[in-house]
Amino acid sequence: MQSPLPTFPEQASNFAGSVDMLFSFILMTTLFFAVLVTVVIIFAAFKFRRQSEKEVGDDVHGNNLLEVGWTLIPTIIAIGMFAWGAAIYVNYRIAPKDTLDIYLIGKQWMWKLQQPNGRKEINELHVPVNRNIKLIMGSEDVIHDFYVPAFRVKMDVVPGRYNTMWFRPTKTGKYHFFCSQYCGTNHAVMGGWVTVMEPAEYAAWLSGETGDVNPVSAGERLFTQLACVTCHLSNGTGRAPSLNGVFGANVLLADGSTVVADEAYIRESILQPKAKIVAGYQPIMPTFQGLVTEEQILSLTAYIKSLQSQPVPPKGAGIAPSSAGKK
Amino acid sequence: MRTQPTAPALQLPEKHYLNATYGIRSWLLTTDHKRIALLYLASVTFFFFIGGFFAMMIRLHLLTPNGYLLTPDQYNRMFTMHGVAMVFFFLIPSIPAVMGNFLIPLMIGAKDLAFPKINLISWYIYVIGGLFTLWSMINGGLDTGWTFYTPFSTLYSNSAVAPAVVGVFITGFSSILTGLNFLVTVHTMRAPGMTWFRLPLFVWAHYATSIVMILGTPVIAITLGLAAMERVFGLGFFNPAMGGDPILFQHLFWFYSHPAVYIMILPAMGVISELIPTFARKRLFGYHFVAAASLAIAVIGFLVWTHHMFVTGQSTYAAVAFSFLTFIVAIPSAIKTFNWTATLFGGSISFDTPMLYAFGFLGLFLIGGLTGLFLGALGVDINIHDTYFVVAHFHYIMVGGAVMGYLGGLHFWWPKITGRMYPEWLARIAAFILFIGFNFTFFPQFILGIMGMPRRYHTYPPEFQIYNVMSTAGASILAVGYLLPMVYLTWAAFFGKVAGENPWPATGLEWKTQSPPLTENFEVTPVVTWEAYDFHNRPDLGLDVPSGKGSPGVVAPAHGDD
Repeated sequence: MQSPLPTFPEQASNFAGSVDMLFSFILMTTLFFAVLVTVVIIFAAFKFRRQSEKEVGDDVHGNNLLEVGWTLIPTIIAIGMFAWGAAIYVNYRIAPKDTLDIYLIGKQWMWKLQQPNGRKEINELHVPVNRNIKLIMGSEDVIHDFYVPAFRVKMDVVPGRYNTMWFRPTKTGKYHFFCSQYCGTNHAVMGGWVTVMEPAEYAAWLSGETGDVNPVSAGERLFTQLACVTCHLSNGTGRAPSLNGVFGANVLLADGSTVVADEAYIRESILQPKAKIVAGYQPIMPTFQGLVTEEQILSLTAYIKSLQSQPVPPKGAGIAPSSAGKK
Repeated sequence: MRTQPTAPALQLPEKHYLNATYGIRSWLLTTDHKRIALLYLASVTFFFFIGGFFAMMIRLHLLTPNGYLLTPDQYNRMFTMHGVAMVFFFLIPSIPAVMGNFLIPLMIGAKDLAFPKINLISWYIYVIGGLFTLWSMINGGLDTGWTFYTPFSTLYSNSAVAPAVVGVFITGFSSILTGLNFLVTVHTMRAPGMTWFRLPLFVWAHYATSIVMILGTPVIAITLGLAAMERVFGLGFFNPAMGGDPILFQHLFWFYSHPAVYIMILPAMGVISELIPTFARKRLFGYHFVAAASLAIAVIGFLVWTHHMFVTGQSTYAAVAFSFLTFIVAIPSAIKTFNWTATLFGGSISFDTPMLYAFGFLGLFLIGGLTGLFLGALGVDINIHDTYFVVAHFHYIMVGGAVMGYLGGLHFWWPKITGRMYPEWLARIAAFILFIGFNFTFFPQFILGIMGMPRRYHTYPPEFQIYNVMSTAGASILAVGYLLPMVYLTWAAFFGKVAGENPWPATGLEWKTQSPPLTENFEVTPVVTWEAYDFHNRPDLGLDVPSGKGSPGVVAPAHGDD
């Protein structure tokens, strides 16, 4: 960063090395072809420059062998680049199981983040080094995008759905993050800093002064306040399915299909309850669209996730038999 | 062909399309494709300088990290209106509506396009759409980005979105009508002997472009219609709070707007396929492959749209499929580049201004095309998506490619359009200034993108400043490069040296009629017995064909020229 003409930012995540490696491969390959073609053009322009006013060139139609060659060779190289890029991407899109989950809400023009213990931050993200971090991201208004150049990854933050992204910071330090999807007036200042800390440091920071309730207990409180608890009885005898152990399980629906109960499913079930009806239950749940904020939905989700440890009731949680059980 | 190109004291022909009739009505009610082309030329030039003004404001503002020139809202309006003016009102109509309109009938030996009145209507539609958009720019401006992403554009923007969207919606119809006109014309109005594989590649490129215009443009019209209804009437197509999906808008938008990139670049490729054979005095290498590559781009170009959406959270495996198709669509462009390069071998190459633009196109399109591979590769896109790398990449394609092609074509056909030559050395210098200025402006933006500077930022961290300063410096050079041709081409139209029928000489039918052409283009419908760019069987061009080098026995008959 001291260089007068800086180029690559620091490499501070598990993805940085592989993204840069592929970048360098494509750079070298394209540079080779660009230089080759340029040199050939300059050579030809000089060698075959017009010698006399009325001169004409040779009468050549083409050469099928050459055509096949310069179709096949670039195709093979392109497929190589594609496959390499796809491998990195699939790894990036499918998060490992053992992640530290942090909730993130984008709104014009700030980022609100919440640690698993409830500690909230604005435009700051503290994470431990060498730990898989998963961001579960929602937006309160327009589309934003969370981008950390030093980690080489970004993901859009879209209203109406959860996107997730994961990374493993590999180096302690402070790194810029940006909003990289245009979101209105102050798009350019909707950024902040990721602080990557040693695990002990992180733990100390996490337990530091925090007046915030953690999302699970906030969710538990909401679950009562919004009267969810009157139907979703934990023993499965209520008018609505028990939510114990539902997170991460396959849920059997009224139309016979199954769906994995992930964050997006829970969110949809709160906002559009009639979209997917659990087998054996009536579509009687009212919508909570407009009644709960994005943050409250995240809290409710966190609470429902926390119900994992309790035993699955014998009857009617709607969980498909084949894969019932814990996550 | 009594007049040789070297004969002294050429005179303009007595009667031609420019002096056939006089008065404002003769222009505004004309159905002559050549006059309509000039109407388009004036209007797209107007929008080019509007868009260029916004670009200058952007670059000046970004000279310092905190930018003192504009407020954030003003800056957001500048880059939005720059994009809207340049994409919808300059780049998309530029080569097709100006040069395609002027040249396609001439190149295939027809008197006009198939539907002359529809051609005129298309210009009026363009102007009405342009006025709506100008009105929005003056009354509140537009700050959504040229991409109009929802729900920002429909629910949150405080700018004049509705009139702008309506303007772009209306203008789309001019594009559809132009494409329709070209397709029907090429199918039905070719002169005797002008078989499909004797067509100049400029015509092939426009044929492919027309397919994209006709199939793609209705989709953007519908999409913008839905967005306008959501904004004005509160319908919830894209509003998640009403069950809509903001990502749906992006799918629909890019289903048109990615192929729209090919509407911009295919005609420019067509121009280059004319310039290189003409100034290398040699057939285009691999004619059939280049023609087929144009069609392949038009078709595959419809199947790559979600590569604009790799980080929206779309299905992982859909992204993988679209990345694959994105790499495949690069292949026909590579084929064209190799064929253009091979054409130079064994040629007789001159360095007239249009050829300098062709060389410039090759260099810049090479960089623009190859940097597309970085963005198409999923593993790299997650880093450089929506950064300045993208900005640099598409400017290399749209400005380095399409605008270089446009200017190269304008210089090449200016003697045909106006009957007069521009000052050659001034034009060569301008081409150099453009090339240098362009690279200075946009190359540093690749590095900014690698460093992680997101696009559409009115303010940026100080570590990005050095490259922004370079870019702004380059933009000032570029501005000079654009003003020069504007000035000397206008001057040359009235006071330039008379060019004669075929000053280069070139092989196309458009060069077998007087300059400027008659309103009816040809006195007698020409009969074509030669392939495109066949210098060896064209004794009428007055060139020295070495004996034994030409294909024996086939000699172009003299009928058709005056």
